[in-house]
Amino acid sequence: MGKITLSNVRKSFGEVDVIPSLDLSIENGEFVVFVGPSGCGKSTLLRLIAGLEDTTSGAIEIDGKDATTLPPAKRGLAMVFQSYALYPHMSVKKNILFPLKMAGMDPAEAEKRVANAAKVLNLTNYLDRRPGQLSGGQRQRVAIGRAIVREPAAFLFDEPLSNLDAALRVNMRQEISELHQTLKTTMIYVTHDQVEAMTMADKIVVLNAGRIEQVGSPLELYRAPANTFVAGFIGSPKMNLLGGAAAEQVGATTLGIRPEHIDIVEDGPWRGVVGLSEHLGSDTFLKVNVEGIGTLTVRGSGEIPQRHGDSIALRPQADKLHRFGPDGKALK
Amino acid sequence: MATEHSRTAARLMVSPAVILLFLWMIVPLGMTIYFSFLRYNLLNPGMETFAGFDNYYYFLTNAAFWDALINTVTLVVGVLVITVFGGIALALLLDQPFWGQGIVRVLVIAPFFVMPTVSALVWKNMFMNPVNGVFAHIAKSLGLQPFDFLSQAPLASIILIVAWSWLPFATLILLTALQSLDREQQEAAEMDGASVLARFWYLTVPHLTRSITVVVLIQTIFLLSVFAEILVTTNGGPGTASTNIPYLVYAQSLLNFDVGGGSAGGIVAVILANIVAFFLMRMIGKNLDA
Repeated sequence: MGKITLSNVRKSFGEVDVIPSLDLSIENGEFVVFVGPSGCGKSTLLRLIAGLEDTTSGAIEIDGKDATTLPPAKRGLAMVFQSYALYPHMSVKKNILFPLKMAGMDPAEAEKRVANAAKVLNLTNYLDRRPGQLSGGQRQRVAIGRAIVREPAAFLFDEPLSNLDAALRVNMRQEISELHQTLKTTMIYVTHDQVEAMTMADKIVVLNAGRIEQVGSPLELYRAPANTFVAGFIGSPKMNLLGGAAAEQVGATTLGIRPEHIDIVEDGPWRGVVGLSEHLGSDTFLKVNVEGIGTLTVRGSGEIPQRHGDSIALRPQADKLHRFGPDGKALK
Repeated sequence: MATEHSRTAARLMVSPAVILLFLWMIVPLGMTIYFSFLRYNLLNPGMETFAGFDNYYYFLTNAAFWDALINTVTLVVGVLVITVFGGIALALLLDQPFWGQGIVRVLVIAPFFVMPTVSALVWKNMFMNPVNGVFAHIAKSLGLQPFDFLSQAPLASIILIVAWSWLPFATLILLTALQSLDREQQEAAEMDGASVLARFWYLTVPHLTRSITVVVLIQTIFLLSVFAEILVTTNGGPGTASTNIPYLVYAQSLLNFDVGGGSAGGIVAVILANIVAFFLMRMIGKNLDA
């Protein structure tokens, strides 16, 4: 239950190719995150899987059956929308009950499922409220509740946390991860936030302009980005990508080094002046202007004393360098 | 508007407008009440005497009054039913993407800008006329006897004319409501397995209730006082078949020259309108604050 295969899927809106032909296989029970900058086609891809958009060509298989032309309701998938898309005039209970009612399920069984979902999501005390009387996080949980009662083959999440404030986002992130541990159902999650992708995913799919840049586990993407796009997108703060002499020394067109892999030392190969220092307590991020190289982001420990205008020496960790060729692809 | 001082200043500055509006309302009302207690006939001006409640007694016991009351209610309800259901249907159609949408929307709204006397005359002479009307031509071309709308079914004809001019208003309000319906909600319902009909019933209709309430409230206010359409088409006839309360008041005061009786009728109409407004607000007013 919940294996989804996309082969040669293409989507264009008129003249514009949003997704130029793409293959992807999602295994049963996986938590897959589609991540990419806005406009990269990740939401469109999710909507293609959901059936809310028609594919221009190509095939979508769900559990081995061709689902390319099936209407959304017949695909056995449930979706959680960015705006939650709750029905405002129905109580929480009726919202969660709605898909079961549409499926014509026996009312007693439906009630039982709603009660179960409400218990899992801590909504039992809110069942008679309207969505308008709930907080953002509670609404999000109702939307998830509406998805889980159907016991779908897979869950689709379309940027579900982007309307929540930062603290709540971290909470809900954990709740969704825990839900995945409990239900063990396939989940496809779309986000533009690489932190959400790194923390939640079993498998990350990095998309750029409708193309898949790389597929892999969070740590694979972190350790071995396949190209400069993935290198710059995964990891926070962003990887430093250097051209010119520094790259040529190691025989590459572009040299990548993550801020956390640059050490601040007494005497090193790179010398520069601190342009900006952000002291977060746990970490310190320095923007260092290095002569002949450009601006480097450096991550230091929380207690380092460097401030704006100080001159410091830096040494990259030799085994953590990423080398990229002229086409942007990683060199082996 | 926080301090006592600014509140007083605000009251002072609003007061001219408020006082003017109050006088605008209270002077005609007061004079109508005053006239309604007089024996005041325009054929014998200057001979007014106090009549007590006689004017009310004669107005309310007149057989025409009950006919007019029933006609008024029929007219209001009939037009409301046609415009609400027709308006929903038209709004759903106009909400679909199609070529020439802009032009069609302007055309649909056009009847609302035609003044009542003109639209009634157009209907009377160009559509419903049993000799020259379009409907008569259609009937004759099908080999049927032309139907004389305004004498055979006068009230229904007037309902049709009034509904035609109010349909755009309902359509417009319901169309804007439809366009504010959240797309993601529709898609969520689609994912939840709701058919087109189920989506209409469980999402669109509840979403429209507030706008329907507005349409019903506003139209009721205006439909209680329909007058021009009756005056230029049927003159309230045949008999009292298409007389409503405003037309009866007009007939009483200006055709029978009985200003006292007409004023009494006017006051009765005001009271009836307030009763309707009271129940209307209680019944559907709660939809507005939800």
